[in-house]
Amino acid sequence: MENIDIIIIGGGPSGLAAAKAAISEGANSIVVVERDNSLGGILQQCIHPGFGLSYFKKELTGPEYYGKFTEQLKGEPIKFLLNSMVLNISDDNKVSIVSSEHGFLELKAKSIVLAMGCRERTRSNIRIPGSRPSGIYTAGTAQRLVNRQNLMVGKNVVILGSGDIGMIMARRMTLEGANVVAVVELMDYLAGLNRNKVQCLDDFNIPLYLSHTVTKVIGKDRVEGVYVAKVDKNKVPIKGTEKLYTCDTLLLSVGLIPEIELINNINLEVSKITKGPVVNQYMQTSKNNVFACGNVVHVNDLVDNVSIESEIAGKNAAKYALGKLEDPAKELKVTTGENVRYVCPQKINLDNNNNEEDIKLFFRVLLPMSNVTLRVSVENKIIFEKKALHVGPGEMEFVTIKEKDLKDVTSPIIIEVI
Amino acid sequence: MIEKIICTICPIGCEIEVVGDKKNKSVSSLNGYKCNRGKEYSINEFIAPVRTITTTIKISNWKEPLIPVRTDKGVLKDKQMDCMEEINKVEVKPPIKRGDILIENILGLNVNVIATGEAL
Amino acid sequence: MKNKSKKIVIIGAGVVGCAIARELSKYKGLDIVVLDKREDVGGDASKSNSAIIHTGYDAVPNTLESQLVVASNPMFPKLVKQLDVEFKLIGAILPAINDEQYEQLGKIKEKAFKNRVYDVEYVTKEEIIKMEPNINKDVKGGLIIPREGIIDPFTFTVALAESSASNGVVYKLNTEVLGINVENNKIKSLETNNGNIEADYIINSSGVYCDEIADMVGKSNYTVNARRGEFFILDKNTECKVNSIILPIPTKITKGKLMTPTIHGNMLIGPTAEDLDDKEDKSTTLEGLNSVIEDVKKLVPNVNPNDTIKQYAGNRAAKTPAVLEIDMYDDLEGFVNLSGVRSTGLTASLAISKYVLDLMVSNGLEVKFKENFTNERVAIKLIREANNEEKTELIKKDPRYGNIICRCETVSEAEIVQAINSKIPATSVDAIKRRLKAGFGRCQGGFCSPKIIEILARELNKEAKEINKNVKNSNMLMGKAK
Repeated sequence: MENIDIIIIGGGPSGLAAAKAAISEGANSIVVVERDNSLGGILQQCIHPGFGLSYFKKELTGPEYYGKFTEQLKGEPIKFLLNSMVLNISDDNKVSIVSSEHGFLELKAKSIVLAMGCRERTRSNIRIPGSRPSGIYTAGTAQRLVNRQNLMVGKNVVILGSGDIGMIMARRMTLEGANVVAVVELMDYLAGLNRNKVQCLDDFNIPLYLSHTVTKVIGKDRVEGVYVAKVDKNKVPIKGTEKLYTCDTLLLSVGLIPEIELINNINLEVSKITKGPVVNQYMQTSKNNVFACGNVVHVNDLVDNVSIESEIAGKNAAKYALGKLEDPAKELKVTTGENVRYVCPQKINLDNNNNEEDIKLFFRVLLPMSNVTLRVSVENKIIFEKKALHVGPGEMEFVTIKEKDLKDVTSPIIIEVI
Repeated sequence: MIEKIICTICPIGCEIEVVGDKKNKSVSSLNGYKCNRGKEYSINEFIAPVRTITTTIKISNWKEPLIPVRTDKGVLKDKQMDCMEEINKVEVKPPIKRGDILIENILGLNVNVIATGEAL
Repeated sequence: MKNKSKKIVIIGAGVVGCAIARELSKYKGLDIVVLDKREDVGGDASKSNSAIIHTGYDAVPNTLESQLVVASNPMFPKLVKQLDVEFKLIGAILPAINDEQYEQLGKIKEKAFKNRVYDVEYVTKEEIIKMEPNINKDVKGGLIIPREGIIDPFTFTVALAESSASNGVVYKLNTEVLGINVENNKIKSLETNNGNIEADYIINSSGVYCDEIADMVGKSNYTVNARRGEFFILDKNTECKVNSIILPIPTKITKGKLMTPTIHGNMLIGPTAEDLDDKEDKSTTLEGLNSVIEDVKKLVPNVNPNDTIKQYAGNRAAKTPAVLEIDMYDDLEGFVNLSGVRSTGLTASLAISKYVLDLMVSNGLEVKFKENFTNERVAIKLIREANNEEKTELIKKDPRYGNIICRCETVSEAEIVQAINSKIPATSVDAIKRRLKAGFGRCQGGFCSPKIIEILARELNKEAKEINKNVKNSNMLMGKAK
């Protein structure tokens, strides 16, 4: 494997979309490294519908969604290394990989695309006290066991977290014969989509407790129950409200974190809020030859957004490999204002802008709000504004700005929701 | 009768109040919707709520024990568990392409169960 | 004619039991069996502690405990090489954060001297800040204890067990002692859930249960309850780290909480100390966590509890009266009774094993060194520690080394299979985790546990639902989905 243009780390939806866009841009040789025995990443276990409505204008299940990408990539100059784990990326751009089939490999490419996705927050991350028996799983691990390995994690289940994965697992477990005792949510609002509450919880009469949390796990060998308490405004459990729910399983759907440990040796700038690498509008990291996309950059709500972002990364990684992308010299910062938790990209590269491309800024709000204005301003001038009926932390919002509005600008761009 | 339906078309989640007669499949009044899609949704949800079932089917002689499937049309909401029971009886073998019908006309509901994954 | 060999049964496969087993396995004519009710060696307190090899500087002078801890410390550097176990003498610092603490340093140093730990030295504020940039800047000065070290206590226990097993010791796990039969004031046999076992000697090294075992032969003139210690392990990538063991200066009320690197590069903070009625209660509490954070912050203000990847509690044996004793009895031939082994037991284990042998010999046991005793034990070769050439070689020899199962800690299928088929077989998900660190990293087994269950089921020829997290009835799964 000589003269590789691009190495893409991860063969999930993000890596596949990046590969597709890189081919369209004219990349001649691409290597996709995937640790699983097949492509598709987490979508392989996301057998439920709800994907593709914005990207394909059609509602698809996870396997159908990635299937559309793998179909398109057939016959293209892409080498897929399956069952292969990247162990390290060195500062001089060497990617070390091990697999049973190929042994230990060190590959070098003109550009690298990080598409490793994310991992789930664990019980230890949120520090649920109590005993440490078997029967506590993150929702995604349980989803893999049930949907791919045909293994049942439990019969009587409490789910902590009302994110989409949590609710979808409530339905899956029910359909496979388990009894879902309750779904418990710390916040006073639903973390996931309403549709999932209706179709995954209400349809099966599964109770949802907002402003509640699991305060203690009991059980010596296997989970025997969990204590659930109401929380006050500061999310602190209210004494005297604890109630014991008997169950053999606790599933946790308590958030996702970008899986970035591979970049430890290449010193990329990392956002303290998204916990992923800081990127510009080309999805280019602080190291010019390294691009990043999908949930490794920030945890997205919809795979459709991942695909869009990953195509930008793939396209520009190809441009970089083909010598068509100049190194950024002047970068503008994009900063967050009122009720915006984070924005991606966090930087805009202004020196390659001989084109008139639109720049999409994806962001998440801090709190749910109705009848708001999404506003982008720079140097006290509003450059974009739109109204929205509803915004919530669970959904990604975006605004589109024009590069021509940023000429001669030097101070940061501010995005706010008011 | 009156039913409150939470609209699932978009993230706003309007609460729509539907007044009508389920037996006669008629709706006499609708309140609280903000768009036409919401209107349509709430009427359907009142008269005959249907769901696409997504699940898995056992597969032998393949690298994985399961293949993902879905119904090609909506199934009446309260028939979901009956369908699951039927689906879980079936075991298939490769080759299977995406979209292949694995169970035809399940429970006579005029709905097929099709593969969403591949085993080739 | 050969003398009839002596049957020795050791109760408890914690670090002390395994150390005794290894010491006795050096001698001919002994049939040694180690029993433990758990599914794995490593006991309870032996694997859930602060993972420090002490010098004994702060022990109560002129006690058996002080004698054994102080004697053990110098045995480690050579033994860990023979056992292929990682060990680092990183030293400890006792920083005095206020004047009152500063005043106490002299007394602590004096006590260390009485314990014959002569190398404890004063260090200045500037020296401490240079060694530990994250220390509380109010530090006035402190003491340094150079020979305090860190180890993986579980790996150490497994190594002792494997080494003893290679030298003939038999380990019977999932075996709980239900009773002891005595005839003519002499040990005769044990009743267990796995049948009767004859014994000439019984060595009671059952930690927090030592009173219950001793009670079976009427030798418990003491009680033991569990003293729970809660610990928290922080991610390797946490920004606030320390280089040495940072020990608090004890107050009259509490011994305080420490912060130390682990041998695997994580940070460890804790422990709490809380007496419990239930010896099996190893739950962690919110109060415990808060008290650990609060106390450690006094030493290292920027410690970040949000980087917690694991919390655990270990129950050490709190004996009343609180004194370490190792006894044999004139009116009960063959019973060796250990009690009061507490948090210093990990360090003291080596000297305890020598002391037990000496006690047995002075009570009539005849021993002769085995010509074919092997000191060396070889650990499983880890892919994460191999350089590039070694990785190539390992995968060439066994392609399963190329199949990475645990991404966070880089553990391959080959290592897991070796652990399952080793001298002390790993038969549970936690047993794999303890040996190889698979599932110990930031995702806490989210990625690897489904695969580890599959590998365990395949290698042990079991169904997935029969695979336990650790002890029996801790099954990971409830059968097939369909």
